[in-house]
Amino acid sequence: MLPGWRAFMSESCSYVPVKGTVYGVALDVDDLGGHPPDLFRDPPYHRLPTAPVLFIKPRNTYLANGGTVHLPSSLSELEASAALAMIFGRDTRRVCSTNALDGVAGYTLAIDLSEPGSGYFRPPIREKCRDGFLPIGPSIVPPEAIADLDSLVISLEVDGKEAASACVGRGVSKIARLIEHVSSFMTLRAGDALLAFRTPLGVRISIGSRISAVAAGIGRLECSLESEAQGAS
Amino acid sequence: MKRARVVYRGSVQTAVAAETERTLRLADGQRIGFDDVEWLPSIEARTIFALGLNYADHAGELNFKAPTKPLVFLKGPNALVGHNGESPCPAGVRQMHAECELAVVIGRQGRRIRQSQAYDHVAGYTIANDYAIREYLENYYRPNLRVKNRDSCTPLGPWVVDASDIPDPMALGLRTFVNGEKMQDGHAKDMIFTIPALIEYLSDFMTLYPGDLILTGTPQGIAYVRAGDEVVTEIDQIGRLVNRVILEPNETAANSGAQDATLHR
Repeated sequence: MLPGWRAFMSESCSYVPVKGTVYGVALDVDDLGGHPPDLFRDPPYHRLPTAPVLFIKPRNTYLANGGTVHLPSSLSELEASAALAMIFGRDTRRVCSTNALDGVAGYTLAIDLSEPGSGYFRPPIREKCRDGFLPIGPSIVPPEAIADLDSLVISLEVDGKEAASACVGRGVSKIARLIEHVSSFMTLRAGDALLAFRTPLGVRISIGSRISAVAAGIGRLECSLESEAQGAS
Repeated sequence: MKRARVVYRGSVQTAVAAETERTLRLADGQRIGFDDVEWLPSIEARTIFALGLNYADHAGELNFKAPTKPLVFLKGPNALVGHNGESPCPAGVRQMHAECELAVVIGRQGRRIRQSQAYDHVAGYTIANDYAIREYLENYYRPNLRVKNRDSCTPLGPWVVDASDIPDPMALGLRTFVNGEKMQDGHAKDMIFTIPALIEYLSDFMTLYPGDLILTGTPQGIAYVRAGDEVVTEIDQIGRLVNRVILEPNETAANSGAQDATLHR
């Protein structure tokens, strides 16, 4: 057994396929992340979201396929969701939903990692932006690789077992409206990625887990979770 | 030294500025005037951090208690625009305001940086005007991207002053002028979380890299602006950053991003 060897091989052969900024969606008007609506009628929110709730994953979070996320001893588990990352091939600004997908040059997978239970009132920097908190890859596939985006299924696997999955289905029109909304006030630049669709929130993963995002036509993105002490040994 | 990024005769150049003579020296030694160039954002930023409510006086002005840990949010590079640039204000907006901020450029990679070592990781300082549009605030990830990550609504420049030229960045005065009238007059010493404290806080959970940029928050003085205004944000020992507010064009892109080519140089 050479436990480090497989990780070494996959890390040394892998790369992060995204060069730009990664934008994600935490909540949407019709997707409250599994929380009861009443939560959002109380302080500090006072009313339900009226627009997609967006966040940025900075570059220190990008992790190549096969990489390891190292957690400090203060953290024993994380929340994970598998996401479809849409990669923009050209600057996209003020598009309508009918042509919103025209600027998308390809797709890849991402695993959005967060510390659990952080709430939604303030930007989740400490909770979502630790080093390695966005495994992304394995590579970008062109839109033609997905014959039918409606029927694309994304799965999150923990230690080889499916922990969550979601079919894009009617989500395609929602993705188009999302791009319309985001591009109404900012440019999605060539090279940027939008985590446009994801598996349901709430899946907890613990130290020692292997996590994968899987989608037919795109591939499999893997990472593992270790404590920092293990990483240093 | 004051280091600027400019476009001169169609090419992107790095230049060293002599403020008193209003001249720039290009890398090949050529000297040109300030008015001969177009100014780019003073760095090609990697991760852009910004601080909310980091001055007690400003937090009070907005009816917020001073935070007990830094209120950090992020921006994309789309938000930046250079000195003498234009920032679009959407039609109908009445609560766009200017925010003069001392911006710290990270020069050396680091994780778990102690406050006592923090300045060793700073390459220099520049000026940011972190415009906000308060109409778009919501109580989700506040301040949200629609308020703070709009194209060209974070002027940055005119140049980066080397850290070695500013022995005490916590002793700098910050001012904002709208059409010549002074609207903000604050002092970096009033920051709740100092520059070393912010570097220690961020690097405790993430690696800071060269090119990362930290906008350290704004003092009291909400300066509302509207299309047509000239807004100058000024910081001692760094300089004056000039920006014009314009009315945001309202067309929908037909099918391409071509119209944006001028917006986010």
